[in-house]
Amino acid sequence: MKFGRTLLVAIPYTWLLVFFLIPFGIVLKISFSDIALAIPPYTPTLKDGFWQMLSGLDLENYAFIGAGAVFAVFAVLVISVAMFQIVYPRVRRALIPDARYGVFDSAAAALTTLAVALVNVALIVALVSFLFPVLKSFVDIPDFLYFAAYLSSLKIAIISTFLTLLIGYPIAYGMARAAEHWRPTLLMLVILPFWTSFLIRVYAWIGILSTEGYLNQLLLSIGIISEPLAILNTPVAVYIGIVYTYLPFMVLPIYAALEKMDDSLVEAAEDLGCTTLSAFWLVTAPLSKPGVIAGCFLVFIPTLGEFVIPSLLGGSNTVMIGKVLWEEFFNNRDWPVASAVAVILLLILIIPIVLFQRNQEEAEQ
Amino acid sequence: MRRFSWFNATSLTFGFAFLYLPMLMLIIYSFNESRLVTVWAGFSTKWYGELMQNEAFLDAAWVTIKVAFWSSTLATILGTMAAYIMVRAGRFRGRGLFSGMIYAPLVMPEVITGLSLLLFFIAVDVDRGILTIVLAHTTFAMCYVSVVVTSRLVSFDNSLEEAALDLGCTPFDAFRSVTLPIIMPAVISGWLLAFTLSLDDLVIATFTSGPSSTTLPIKIFSAVRLGVTPEINALSTIMILLVTVGVISASLISRSLAIKAKADERKAEQQ
Repeated sequence: MKFGRTLLVAIPYTWLLVFFLIPFGIVLKISFSDIALAIPPYTPTLKDGFWQMLSGLDLENYAFIGAGAVFAVFAVLVISVAMFQIVYPRVRRALIPDARYGVFDSAAAALTTLAVALVNVALIVALVSFLFPVLKSFVDIPDFLYFAAYLSSLKIAIISTFLTLLIGYPIAYGMARAAEHWRPTLLMLVILPFWTSFLIRVYAWIGILSTEGYLNQLLLSIGIISEPLAILNTPVAVYIGIVYTYLPFMVLPIYAALEKMDDSLVEAAEDLGCTTLSAFWLVTAPLSKPGVIAGCFLVFIPTLGEFVIPSLLGGSNTVMIGKVLWEEFFNNRDWPVASAVAVILLLILIIPIVLFQRNQEEAEQ
Repeated sequence: MRRFSWFNATSLTFGFAFLYLPMLMLIIYSFNESRLVTVWAGFSTKWYGELMQNEAFLDAAWVTIKVAFWSSTLATILGTMAAYIMVRAGRFRGRGLFSGMIYAPLVMPEVITGLSLLLFFIAVDVDRGILTIVLAHTTFAMCYVSVVVTSRLVSFDNSLEEAALDLGCTPFDAFRSVTLPIIMPAVISGWLLAFTLSLDDLVIATFTSGPSSTTLPIKIFSAVRLGVTPEINALSTIMILLVTVGVISASLISRSLAIKAKADERKAEQQ
């Protein structure tokens, strides 16, 4: 019995150690080594003892991609968003005194909630665009490509998460309000694209967005535009692609939160004099918050390292870190720098991953 | 009472149109006579015929199915074990690390997983090919399987298993004849999920495949980079239809299983 249990634990444990943890160790190790024109194209630096290893760590790759600057920007972002989150509840409380729920208050609630989301997005995007030239003129980073790629991935991930929320929330809300016998079908309709090939769903948009694509044909034939729009190979195409492919990840957690919700709460709010809109902002919106947060993380985290969408829809104008890593590895064959890029991406992702897990744990309680 | 307003109706209509129109266009234009993919020139199934002649695509499809079958089967076994450990094994040394390793691949960017596995395979000097893709896919798919199976294990009554143990079953027998039948729907959907994840994966497969083992997504990706072609439209249509049929039949089966289980329970209560 005891032996059986140990064996049961040991098999998947060993598998994950060998194929998940050890490979990361190797990435970490190679990120500290030098590029060499050999196969494999790096020179190991960690073959001596632990202390030699520490003293001989080669930080060149990290300096090369501007790791310090990336972290500086990231720290500023995290701190400013945190500050804003502390200021925001006070503003909200000042705007919506808890005692009254008139038309004015529901509008104020709606505006502040939207404003929070918008200000957060705008704050980050502005900081990213502002910090970039400042750092570029003050800090000496050998190659700004990587730094720019981290920042632009961050910007694209944040904006597209926000857009996915804007589109996904009404769908989830509509699903949760639909008649009971319709809901399994609607749920299936949202899940089905999730099972369909990601690559094919991104590919479908090439035909729609290209210069002679279906969208341009339609708009030209209606007469809205006189010249075809160039959407493919621009960031706009990347936003469309991300919103489209990640929409189920946003809809499903929000739907789960809304579906669980007790309808009598909304009714009670309305009986107590709330308008439909203020009942939504004061009851439904706060109760769906865990779903919204989960959905945002589920979109944001994978988008940050996305490769397929920017390389198929974004053209050469859109730089994202996943694409840079890929090209560094397959085209330039610079494995140490590719590894360093991966390590930093992972370090950046640790914060949202930890926050996501905490949100899940809170939601379960 | 739930109210269904015009607002909900429009948001659902637009939402589902957004989700399904692109795929619908793809399917419609796969039956286009013309090679120019955006100009409709009459109905034809010739691109399907040409696809069937294309040896490279057929080979890649065969490799993909083999990889998906083996990796999803392995992932289901390992993932079910992992889920069982997380729910039933109680405390053991390194449990925190284990749960971290189970959940991390779910959110890890694919480029990082792919890169680390490739560097690992090179470090231990394994030739890249079907085997390495199977190992890589098993590793990330087992985490999805374990999440699916965990949610089922948590929700069912532990006392059934304990009763079997009290009545003299060995732990393995108790698992096989009591626990496994109960969690079977989750195990099957975990297998299906692992299978589609493997069919779908481009990034990790590109990193871990060798020159002789090109999978379908790798093939599609290199063709798609050059633009839209009717053959790819035809291939996409076949894949979309297969997945649709698979998902709908799986959900019908699981629904009828659930109804049957409920009926059995009622019968057991009456006795």
